[in-house]
Amino acid sequence: MITEQERQRIQTDFQEKMDYDELLNCMRCGFCLPSCPTYIESGYDEAHSPRGRIALMKAVVDGDIEPDDDVKRSLDMCLGCRACEPVCPSGVNYGHLLEQARDIIYQNHELSATTKAIRNIAFKGLFPNQGRIRTMTGLLGFYQRSGLQKAARRTGIMKILPDNLAAMEKVLPEVPSLKQLKNRPDHLPSLVPQKKKVAFFSGCLMDSMFMATNDATMKLLQHAGCEIVIPDSQACCGALHGHSGEKQQAKALAKRNIIAFEDTGADCIITNAGGCGAFLHDYDHLLQDEPDWAERGKEFAARIKDISSVLVELGFDEYPLQLPDQVVTYQDSCHLKNVQKTFLEPRQLLQTIDGVQYVEMKDADRCCGSAGIYNIVESEMSMQILDYKMKQVETTHAKTIVTANPGCLLQMKLGIEREGLSDTIRAVHIVDLLLEAYEYARQPVGV
Amino acid sequence: MLAEELKQQLIEVVGEANVQDNKASLLVYSYDATPQFQSIPDAVVAPRNTDEVAEVLKLCNEHHIPVVPRGSGTNLSAGTTPVEGGIVLLFKHMQDIIEIDEENLTVTVQPGLITLDLINAVEAKGLFYPPDPSSMKISTIGGNLNENSGGLRGLKYGVTRDYVMGLEVVLPNGDIIRTGGKLAKDVAGYDLTRLFVGSEGTLGVITEATLKLVPMPESKKTILALYEDIEAAAEAVSSIIAHRIIPTTLEFLDQPTLKVVEEYAQIGLPTDIEAVLLIEQDGPQEVVDRDIEKIAALCRDNQAIRVDVAKSELEADALRTARRTALSALARLKPTTILEDATVPRSKIAEMVRAINDIAREYKVDICTFGHAGDGNLHPTCLTDVRNKEEIHRVEQAFESIFHKAVELGGTITGEHGVGAMKSPYLHLKLGDEGIAAMKGIKQAFDPNNIMNPGKIFAKSERKRVVVHA
Ligand code: SF4
Ligand code: SF4
Repeated sequence: MITEQERQRIQTDFQEKMDYDELLNCMRCGFCLPSCPTYIESGYDEAHSPRGRIALMKAVVDGDIEPDDDVKRSLDMCLGCRACEPVCPSGVNYGHLLEQARDIIYQNHELSATTKAIRNIAFKGLFPNQGRIRTMTGLLGFYQRSGLQKAARRTGIMKILPDNLAAMEKVLPEVPSLKQLKNRPDHLPSLVPQKKKVAFFSGCLMDSMFMATNDATMKLLQHAGCEIVIPDSQACCGALHGHSGEKQQAKALAKRNIIAFEDTGADCIITNAGGCGAFLHDYDHLLQDEPDWAERGKEFAARIKDISSVLVELGFDEYPLQLPDQVVTYQDSCHLKNVQKTFLEPRQLLQTIDGVQYVEMKDADRCCGSAGIYNIVESEMSMQILDYKMKQVETTHAKTIVTANPGCLLQMKLGIEREGLSDTIRAVHIVDLLLEAYEYARQPVGV
Repeated sequence: MLAEELKQQLIEVVGEANVQDNKASLLVYSYDATPQFQSIPDAVVAPRNTDEVAEVLKLCNEHHIPVVPRGSGTNLSAGTTPVEGGIVLLFKHMQDIIEIDEENLTVTVQPGLITLDLINAVEAKGLFYPPDPSSMKISTIGGNLNENSGGLRGLKYGVTRDYVMGLEVVLPNGDIIRTGGKLAKDVAGYDLTRLFVGSEGTLGVITEATLKLVPMPESKKTILALYEDIEAAAEAVSSIIAHRIIPTTLEFLDQPTLKVVEEYAQIGLPTDIEAVLLIEQDGPQEVVDRDIEKIAALCRDNQAIRVDVAKSELEADALRTARRTALSALARLKPTTILEDATVPRSKIAEMVRAINDIAREYKVDICTFGHAGDGNLHPTCLTDVRNKEEIHRVEQAFESIFHKAVELGGTITGEHGVGAMKSPYLHLKLGDEGIAAMKGIKQAFDPNNIMNPGKIFAKSERKRVVVHA
């Protein structure tokens, strides 16, 4: 519950801080409605549409409505997938409005003790700190390897968790050992005549739980002709903080990253997680009000590039790539598509692999419902969205679902698990599949 | 606020989840796509079938509560803004295609169905439903029927009205009536079907419609003609029609519109010329080829500086999409965009375009014009800022002059957006007092308690309302 006092504070902050021009920029044409997953899955409820959310934000600023629980509910329910942006003819920057609004609400609203604890651990303790997230992942690895995981599953402790958390636990990847986690490279040479020097943004979750995918990314870059710098002092991108109303922390992380990458001598910074990439890409906006940082933020943002687009740029799609015959489909990462505008390149790469029959699924660009921690905090809506997604996957008859973001990858694995299809369908990150195809094509014949 | 007792009765009819009255829900149903109109309803009700609609109307009629039927809220004349409060009626549970009848070439649908979903469903069977309003990706059939929506293909194929064969309608007293049917000929009594189409939700609630389909045209071609002079473009339009060619689409965009559309859609539209005509013809291949050739020649005769034929369906589609987004793309320029749809006989287009430009200059306002030039339906669009009261006043004066001019040329104040609340003050220009009295008589006969979408078409009634921004 938002208290009366909190409401007043939130309202005043809305009036002082929300970008009113941007709110007015929405002409209420409704063109964004059919692209919004929560509008559709809520059974066409305007309160869960982009236009409705913008109208509510504006009404709070105008004093027509108080920021009550229903207003907060509408904003909480938003996936932040930003599918409403590319289709908006007025060019409303919805993502930024949402961030501002959430930031104000969370700054002024006393959360329940448990929610606060979870958020604190996640946002203050874990994510800003590569070392700590490695330890945590290390613990998870110990848990998996020690047999505790099996015991936990047997005893049914998982049953008391919400359904999807329990299933989620099953789909977590095998995590590397603590020793492996601590031994990360900071510089790698090109394996072919060098074409480019790039910096790699390793990402906290990617460099721990998905370390193998990071290794694959770097291998691909080396094969494609890149010298790679991986600055040790980089931090979490801050996306989770920024999207959950912890803007100050997001800014602090942004500054750390700008410093870490400033003198690498690389003209682009490669990411392999659509969610991180988009947030890095938005540093210019995040820091626009800080005179000392605005320009540096802009330069940084301009250098961000997704792995698939740099691979296409370097002609990796002309390399021999091959896999055993299979149907493959691609699930867009919302932020990679809607913010970084990268959606052709992954498809292009997949279609050049020999043996792959690429089948586009319906609404491939509709959010899978993962959306940061959305699938935990709004699990009902998230699962409804996921069920729709899995139905579309099944009509493609794909054996392999390709994603470009760790959150999407876990969510798709969760979908497979929920449908009981883990024996027949797999979900992979695009770089893992590309490396597999690269190596398979080079296997000695007859093996 | 609804009386608690009435709210309970409504809940009994449609179920708890389908009666919303928390403040946030009311706010998000307080507007449609019309700038400057917003007004809070008392409740939002979503019936699940025709019988429930009838029960809801009966209750509202008894208690004299306004009922505002609403599809997706893309109306441009404040037709779905609950200007006198009351109940906003949603059709989110009534979105089915009931039947596609391939023998009689009809489709029967519920009002909440999205227009594009209908179009796609019938096209999958090789059939064609021509009305294609710019908002068809999200607009509903119910909304199209009540507004008698037009679209890009209106010139050759007509508008929504021309495709309605029969309706199921709930009257304010709760009676359920059926009009028309799958009949090519039917003269049994008054033509109520036509009366309800375009009635803007003021007579009753359409709960089912049987629509006419036509065979898919075999082929289609699109051309773009560029002009250095707006009037030359307008004259080309008149000349094409005068030469007895009826293209499917004959759209007109002026230079300011072109610029923003190109910026948004980035499909290589020229932005350094004064006006563009987007022309399309469909039908059997030979006919299309012949017509397109003739049209191109006529455009050149009328001083077109360039005529391009789209090389592929992809290219043509990009052009059509660009035109569809014209209105919204204009919204990028200024915070507020006010769009009108004054319509004149097609022979008067050049004169009307000239008049609009003069009026814009006279009142010192920015007006971009685009529209369905082939059917005389222009969209003079004013770019302004609601916060600038003085300018808004001039904008209103300019539009009033535009309405006067349109009527003077034998045209109308609205070609396809409807009168709604926005244009009700000007209706007398077109109808005269006697015309309005005749229509009021019809309204009175169907809806004696004035519960159906009050405050629309006719100037306001007395009931108090919560005005947010009027
Ligand atoms: S598409 Fe853009 S302008 Fe239109 S309602 Fe959505 S956010 Fe507003
Ligand atoms: S960000 Fe996604 S969920 Fe949120 S309003 Fe936009 S489309 Fe809907």
